[in-house]
Amino acid sequence: MSAPSLHPIVPVIEMTAVSVPAQHDLRCCVLEDVDWSVAPGDYWVIGAMHNSGKSDLLAVAAGLTPPQKGVCRLFGDSTLPAGEQGQRQRLRVGLVFDGGRPFHRLSVAENVMLPWRYHHHAGESDCGDRTREILELTELSPLADRMTGTFGRAWEKRLGLARALVLKPDVLLLDNPMGGLDGRHIHWWMSFLDQLSAGHPFLDNRPMTLIMACENLRPWRNRPHCLAVLRQKHFVSLGRFTNLTSVSEPFVRELLQEEIPAAT
Amino acid sequence: MWCYVGRVNERVFSAAIPDSAGGRESLHWAYANYVGRGLVGFFAAGRRLLAFTLVTLGVFVTKLGVAPEVTFPSIRAELARSGTRLLPMFVFMSAALGLAVIGQAISWFGNLGGTYLGTILVVVVVRELGPLLAALLVLTHAGAHNAIELATTRALGEVEALEALDIDPIHYLIVPRVAGMALGVFALTIYFILGVLGFGYLFAFLNGVALRPGEYAVQIANAMSGLDFVLVSIKSCLFGVTIGMITCYQGLAQPLRLVEVSRASVKAVVHSVIACVLLDAFFILVYLLV
Repeated sequence: MSAPSLHPIVPVIEMTAVSVPAQHDLRCCVLEDVDWSVAPGDYWVIGAMHNSGKSDLLAVAAGLTPPQKGVCRLFGDSTLPAGEQGQRQRLRVGLVFDGGRPFHRLSVAENVMLPWRYHHHAGESDCGDRTREILELTELSPLADRMTGTFGRAWEKRLGLARALVLKPDVLLLDNPMGGLDGRHIHWWMSFLDQLSAGHPFLDNRPMTLIMACENLRPWRNRPHCLAVLRQKHFVSLGRFTNLTSVSEPFVRELLQEEIPAAT
Repeated sequence: MWCYVGRVNERVFSAAIPDSAGGRESLHWAYANYVGRGLVGFFAAGRRLLAFTLVTLGVFVTKLGVAPEVTFPSIRAELARSGTRLLPMFVFMSAALGLAVIGQAISWFGNLGGTYLGTILVVVVVRELGPLLAALLVLTHAGAHNAIELATTRALGEVEALEALDIDPIHYLIVPRVAGMALGVFALTIYFILGVLGFGYLFAFLNGVALRPGEYAVQIANAMSGLDFVLVSIKSCLFGVTIGMITCYQGLAQPLRLVEVSRASVKAVVHSVIACVLLDAFFILVYLLV
């Protein structure tokens, strides 16, 4: 099913009849016939249960895994050009993994600096300001010199976010960022993502395209975001949360963590 | 008897357990299958490793000037791990090897030992044991460390995280390790050989062998040729590259789960030992032919 989009311009991500393979086994298909279009500035929330292909869908969207079938276009190109131009295009998409996936041999500050140093030929001293800024934004400054693995999982997720943001991508894909977090952290994420979506000063007030995969839709209820669910190996777009007059589908209610009345 | 053989490898010999003429025949087939499967596996692994080596070489050449601010410190760190930090152990091992070789030479040749001391050390240590032992010692420390570290990196999904940031994992993780290890093994081989030659003379002196330092140096110089310098350099660098490639391949080139890290590390060490011994055998052939 094709999803409605806010802006009728060149989509940043467009999937046509895409079959999504599992990352651990590219021969195994986890989602079929995905038709999806994401316009610049969109804020998508994709709800799905465990093991239903959220991470695999994001990997295809980020260009990490090729689709089994169909066409996936990033910024209008089905195949990213080689060389510097292709690299610039790829760096316009940031991905925050479930759990953050920090590099365990590096400290927090080194984790954040690595992409900038690698792509901009910068020494440690050259990227100090940017690192400090992003660490302050994500409240990671007190942990800057700590090695990963010496603090909680909630902060590792923020580290994943900081590392993805340091290159100022246009599109940010987030894999279950709020899974297992307490209320305070969830509140911080919601507020920070809203700022990114509206245009954060760190991104020169440019609205960022956000795509979020999660197991719990409750925090987004009644917000003006695009909603989709993954169900029975299919991507189903449901329109905007605010346009949902009533949530009658048990599957969506389950994702909203609402109590489902027993069948009479 | 068949049952005993069957216990050695139940999976392979299970068909050979019946104690009859047919059973004996099937045992031969089972042996053939076992050896054949091993050989096919060996060549397939060799082919994959060769492909991985070529890809790494390609990345090394094409990305020579990419992100030097990140890769050069990594090479320095690897050089420290595969070289500088191992020096104390190498001093100890060179003393032990010097003692062993000189002790054996004196016990075998008696007072005549002094006449052949330099020659013996060149033949045994410079040409053979020095490079091989240096490589194996580096393997036990830096090589095993590499394999475990990379396998853990792979199992924790950090490779995918690098790819998401458009950082080439081969360029960032493997090239510095292989380059650092090649340089480390080369440098340690030189130090190791010099250490053994020095300690060898010291033990000979303490044993009362009548040999002046000048005579000892002349013996060594006469026993060595230009080819020795060339082959020792090439051999030690190749040992470093081989250990680096195999440990990186076992750690990084295949999807792993955390429980498989130990298995991958053991495989990396065993395969590296086999590869180094085969490489050493190849160099002996070169010596014999040139």
